[in-house]
Amino acid sequence: MEGDIVTMGAYLGAGLACLGMGGAAIGVGHVAGNYLAGALRNPSAAPGQTAFLFIGIAFAEALGIFSFLVALLLMFAV
Amino acid sequence: MDQFIVTPLFGDDAVHWYTPTNVTLWMALTVFAVAGLLIYTTRGRAIVPSRGQSMAELSYGFIYKMVEDVAGRDAVRFFPYIMTLFMFILFANLLGLIPWAFTTTSHIAVTAVMALAVFLTVTLLGFILHGAGFLRLFWISSAPLPLRPVLALIEVISYFVRPVSHSIRLAGAMMAGHAVAKVFAGFAGALGVGAVIPIVAVTALYGLELLVAVIQAYVFTILTCVYLKDALHPHH
Repeated sequence: MEGDIVTMGAYLGAGLACLGMGGAAIGVGHVAGNYLAGALRNPSAAPGQTAFLFIGIAFAEALGIFSFLVALLLMFAV
Repeated sequence: MDQFIVTPLFGDDAVHWYTPTNVTLWMALTVFAVAGLLIYTTRGRAIVPSRGQSMAELSYGFIYKMVEDVAGRDAVRFFPYIMTLFMFILFANLLGLIPWAFTTTSHIAVTAVMALAVFLTVTLLGFILHGAGFLRLFWISSAPLPLRPVLALIEVISYFVRPVSHSIRLAGAMMAGHAVAKVFAGFAGALGVGAVIPIVAVTALYGLELLVAVIQAYVFTILTCVYLKDALHPHH
């Protein structure tokens, strides 16, 4: 065995932080799924709402990005 | 991974701020590619456009409509800035997909400069246009009064987190895509005859990466438009 317990903790923490990306994945899927459900009900209104689809995805994704950021910080900065 | 390492173009000296590196080279190529599409192909100003001119016109119209729809009519004076951002990020992402190329947008330093520029522009613009009234962006008057301080705190935090998520989204998506392709390519080297499977997977991933490159450029610019709208119309 080599390395120390701080490195182990950092790597474990980085791995655990990646769980947050799963939450972002659920959020992005929710946004896209609801958009598709709405678009199939009223296809003529769908093209005008794609901008909001991408804005919603971007905001949902931002919170997954923070977990990615925490993982990066633990891997390279701590 | 060696595809993300910044190296000097000439010699092996340490990298200073003035050293020409592979980042400099690929950013210059990006600028040349954008100029090639938007200036060189449209020089004829033909009524019936050539393929290149019609691509340039399509991207111009696409971004113009996006600025108009998302940020409003009076945001059109910022169209040149948003168009520049979109074309630069799009071409940086797409050029980075060429094998042995360097993806400049996979570095947080590069995307952070662009995101901070947007953040500072939008914040200064808000204060110049509305003075202290810009702070009403954080004070949601439609919410019940006891909730407003809590909401104001959340709004302020989310406002200052914007440049972070704005920059890391682009850099993270680019870095992750290239890293995944590299991992699958590593499988191909280890499997021998079975390498067909990872090679097919890498090909499919490459197609996905093309999509991601365009979508991330689009998302970066559309968020810029959203932030711009907040600065122009801070009232909820």
